[in-house]
Amino acid sequence: MTTTNPIASQRRDDEIGPPAYPMPRACPFNPPAELARLRASTPISRVALWDGSTPWLVTRYEDVRAVLADRRFSSDTEKPGYPPTSAAQLVRRRDTRSFIAMDNPLHARYRRMLIAEFTVRHIAELRPMVEQVAHELLEAMAARATPTDLVNAFALPLPSMVICQLLGVPYADHDFFQAHSKSLLDITTEPDEALRSDEELRGYLVELVARREAEPTDDLLGRLAERRVRTGALTREEAAAMGRLLLVAGHETTANMIGLGTLTLLSHPEQAARVRDGEPAVVNAAVEELLRLLTVTHFGRRRAATEDVRIGGVTIHAGEGVIAAGEAANRDPAEFAHPDELDFDRETNHHVAFGFGVHQCLGQPLARLELQVAYPALLRRFPHLRVAVPASALKFRDNMVVYGVHALPVAW
Amino acid sequence: MEISVDRDSCVGAGQCVLSAPTVFDQDEDGLVELTNPRPPAEQERAVRAAARLCPARVISLD
Repeated sequence: MTTTNPIASQRRDDEIGPPAYPMPRACPFNPPAELARLRASTPISRVALWDGSTPWLVTRYEDVRAVLADRRFSSDTEKPGYPPTSAAQLVRRRDTRSFIAMDNPLHARYRRMLIAEFTVRHIAELRPMVEQVAHELLEAMAARATPTDLVNAFALPLPSMVICQLLGVPYADHDFFQAHSKSLLDITTEPDEALRSDEELRGYLVELVARREAEPTDDLLGRLAERRVRTGALTREEAAAMGRLLLVAGHETTANMIGLGTLTLLSHPEQAARVRDGEPAVVNAAVEELLRLLTVTHFGRRRAATEDVRIGGVTIHAGEGVIAAGEAANRDPAEFAHPDELDFDRETNHHVAFGFGVHQCLGQPLARLELQVAYPALLRRFPHLRVAVPASALKFRDNMVVYGVHALPVAW
Repeated sequence: MEISVDRDSCVGAGQCVLSAPTVFDQDEDGLVELTNPRPPAEQERAVRAAARLCPARVISLD
């Protein structure tokens, strides 16, 4: 399967310099073939970014884990050499950055205020709520005429409603925050537009935190306002930055895993049937395998070296950028047998779809729960679900920080 | 097999609880809690997976 790809136009004309990154995909279900070639030949090599900088791209599974676990590689986007995702990312205000772009000890200070909200046990308690949201969305979808867009009817609203309930953000405002999230996650967004989205979301969340401070509610932002902002442990701005990170990360990633994962399952009917049967161990394995195979965070995890570090036979110098390509690591044949196949029966599946190191996804128990509920519920409610357009008509999110499919017209 | 954990460096990702729920738990702050520092041999595979999956590498095995 081939598709037109906006990334392709970013390729540099000269053949001598390092290859441009991100690279174009030949097949929308597989990472760029160039990544596999680099992983086999020069697993740590330079690539050229949109701004002309040439950070190191790390493609092997073990090296990606080593980089992400090594504190000498900084997550601070303002450190010299940090590889910027886009011009839009560069203009973000420093005071709206959250702990995802900070190093320890500051990162740990903020993260520790949130981890109690995302424990395995606490998230498991949300299962009935997530199942109820899925049920209501699927019943509403059944009442629609076909074809209908699965992204709009189910994949996006499910995690969006769930994160809103968890945070205490009014879902009625979803058009507002979904539009601004989308603008911030699009690498082709103009800097002035990104700045506007940044400012709008900041203002919205600061105002929400202020309301919760005055009248705390029994939700994450309410607890943060009451226990941290009122006590002076956090400023309103800091709490808002944390809330914004959770809001944006909480719906875009899972939404695209539901959309792209469903598309993948529909092209693997035998595996889809196993998910539909709903045996929990099979569903859990299916979710892990889809996370590995699809790796929707497909522009790598980015760091800046703060010291000279020798890794995989290469010395990365202080001040140089590093991109740990999880999307390549998750297809490394040295770690995963037949890495390009969808296989629910892998003995181990220690993928890095949620990253690795101290920044590993805080919300991963929630993402897992949502996917474990979403796939079987959808396939059971619509046993004859099918894609309603030819594969060539689908538009993939090549320009978005979170990969997936823009719309998925389905019938049943 | 003897297990130890470094709670000061824990990031609360919960990988250990998912891998070996009879050996690891999370306390009310979300940090790792070792509920069985000397688990039976049949838990070894799960515990090794937990140690390998721990993103902050705070689980040590002896």
